[in-house]
Amino acid sequence: MDFDRESAKEEMLKIFRGEDSPVLHSCVTCYGCEEYCKRCNHPFYLITERRQEKGILTAPRAITRQWINIGEPLGKYRLGEVKERVLSFGFMPEFLDLVKGKLFEDVMPSYIFGQEFFCNVVYIHFASTAIIKERLPVIIDNFRKLEVKEVVCMHDECYGSFTSLAPAYGIEVPFKPIHYFEYLYNRLKELRSMIRPLNIKAAYQRPCSSRLSSDKHHFVRDIMELIGVDLVDRKYQDENALCCGDLFGMMFGYDLRNDVQKRNLDDMAENGAEYCFFNCPACQNALSEKVIKAGLKPLHIIDLCRMAIGEEPEMGV
Amino acid sequence: MSEIFKALAEIVGENYVSYQPEELFFYSRDPGLLPANKPDFVVLPKTSVEVQEVIRLAKREKIPIVPMGAGLALTGLVIPLKGGIVVDMKRMNKIIEVNEKARYAVVEGGTSQGFLKSYLEKNYPRLRHSIPDAPPAATIASNVIIHGQGRLTQQYGFNSDMVCGLEVVLPSGEICNIGSSSISSDWFSKGAPLPDLSGLFLGWFGTTGIITKVGLKLYPKKKMRDVEIFVTDNENLVPDMVYEITHTEMIEDVLIFTQPLPMMFKDNHHVSFYLTGDTDEEIEFKRKMVWKALEGFIKSKDGGFMSIPPAMKGSLLEMPQTSASRLADVKRGGGFEYSGPIISVERYPECSRKLVEMSLKYDLAYSGMVRIIGRGHSMMFGFAFTFNRADADMMDRTKKALEEISYYVLDIGGVYWKPTVAEQKIAIEKMDSNTRHLMRMLKDILDPAGIMNPGNWEVY
Repeated sequence: MDFDRESAKEEMLKIFRGEDSPVLHSCVTCYGCEEYCKRCNHPFYLITERRQEKGILTAPRAITRQWINIGEPLGKYRLGEVKERVLSFGFMPEFLDLVKGKLFEDVMPSYIFGQEFFCNVVYIHFASTAIIKERLPVIIDNFRKLEVKEVVCMHDECYGSFTSLAPAYGIEVPFKPIHYFEYLYNRLKELRSMIRPLNIKAAYQRPCSSRLSSDKHHFVRDIMELIGVDLVDRKYQDENALCCGDLFGMMFGYDLRNDVQKRNLDDMAENGAEYCFFNCPACQNALSEKVIKAGLKPLHIIDLCRMAIGEEPEMGV
Repeated sequence: MSEIFKALAEIVGENYVSYQPEELFFYSRDPGLLPANKPDFVVLPKTSVEVQEVIRLAKREKIPIVPMGAGLALTGLVIPLKGGIVVDMKRMNKIIEVNEKARYAVVEGGTSQGFLKSYLEKNYPRLRHSIPDAPPAATIASNVIIHGQGRLTQQYGFNSDMVCGLEVVLPSGEICNIGSSSISSDWFSKGAPLPDLSGLFLGWFGTTGIITKVGLKLYPKKKMRDVEIFVTDNENLVPDMVYEITHTEMIEDVLIFTQPLPMMFKDNHHVSFYLTGDTDEEIEFKRKMVWKALEGFIKSKDGGFMSIPPAMKGSLLEMPQTSASRLADVKRGGGFEYSGPIISVERYPECSRKLVEMSLKYDLAYSGMVRIIGRGHSMMFGFAFTFNRADADMMDRTKKALEEISYYVLDIGGVYWKPTVAEQKIAIEKMDSNTRHLMRMLKDILDPAGIMNPGNWEVY
């Protein structure tokens, strides 16, 4: 999409009035506008609502169906020793391996995992707020039944669902959501004496879902400063970040996905990054192989922090 | 009996012949649904000459003889329906020759798929064969006898099309070379430019002789391999998708699956295809060609590429794939059976609908497993059901569903693959009468005493 400020305003007004707009057909669901709107008017949620009303599909039907099926609660959730403070892995099994060591020892094994605790925010990619409205209250109720007071969300979508999407839809959240970046930062400060600066140059792969909690984005830089990582200055960072492109492939095909991925990885390499670190395991799955081929080492931010306190990264370098 | 035992022991050695009930128990059945029937003896020959002597003995004594590889066909092809001698070929497992430049191997009749695969990986890393998704113990000879399919079937046809010569012990006891090896020391062809006699043995399930050596074509093995899955909710579009994918000529194998479990697969059809290359550039070029070929379906929202989790990708890239054995235990009883007719790709929509209809009618867990043969010239559509062997009612329902499917696939133009004896009879009845007569003449000439795997392909 390429609109100047005035025509962008006009298109948003058309969307607000329920009229058709090229935006409804061209938006690639990067979530960026949720961050750009400083008045919390949730433009992307509105686009998503309108798409759903008008039956404008973002992804092929089968892909949408597949993702909705994946999140269907089946009673196969896993609970650790749940306490008032709990880590939420949502429905990302990677965290079952990633979350360990000193960084988490004051909370673990208090964790929850499974579709019953899966925030379902991903369905805004698929223009399906109906499924979120149906499932999210049940998910929140599942947390309520566990009588948890603080939920450390290990994924941006999870945090965003409780702090951005649920309030936007008037759904009450009966616990305090904590972004895991904030948790990591505070924990690293507690473990400051153990930190040995990594002295590496790294690029951050910012996920689409972090746009729902852009007020926590500063923790990336804060954490990197703490652990001695030089966050390379590059074109596609912060507000201008490019997503992993995985969903672009599913929705729009080869060219968009590869163009986004190539520009992003070239940018990392050209600016001297040795490592590419991830926040979202899905981005990591999508990009790791290509990151390696670009000459960088892929790593989750948790592993990077663990390395800084002398622990072995779980998912390899 | 003891005279026969002694005679067999003289041929193969006492350690390699048995009529002990605990051993005959295993040779009386296969892992499928068909009832068991005990043989009288089992022998394990070591050489073609030993096979020859066993056949001569059987012919003299008019004893049925059933050649057996690993016994994994599931459709009862090695169940000794009329007793007799089971000839277990496992000891004939030598790789006799690999001709690297001419890209073929010659192996003994009991050589397993797994053995050839690992041998090539170790000694000829630039060569591969079309490995089927059967357990690695499956033998090469039995796979070509049943017109099996494998990882290179989309490119080169049935695995039997990749045969480049045979050594067969005829029911008369003669050892006969088929193809170029009948004239030359080189095994480069199963027929051409000579009259192709391999058709007298391939597809006959051991009723015309025992294959003691197989020449098998080998193919270039690329350094890298990857998999992609294109998903659609519209079964009517699957043939068009296959047409577009195969038109690119960029891919190795094409498999399609549809199943309700796990949930991520529910309500969709998954066209998986494999890419190979020696470099990143080669594989990426091929990927781009195929993605582009399917772009129209993405634009119309009729299909899209799914993101494959790393663990799932690992499993999909296995050769052979072990997912079938996991499917076999969905009902926690180790039961798995399928009917896999060879049929036109255009029949995919109705076959997939029939599969769902049968699973609902008989209350069975199902999976549709398809392999594209040739450049979409046909496909094997596997109507697969899983059942608990401890549940007689579930087994009975599975049998009924498969029987109904047998009649159905013939009605819509399919041809049975590795048919049960009952399906063979149905096929023979439907067959053109002159073809049937030709089959009968050939059988009468080759096995006038009717001792070879009796019950199978009985054209009377």
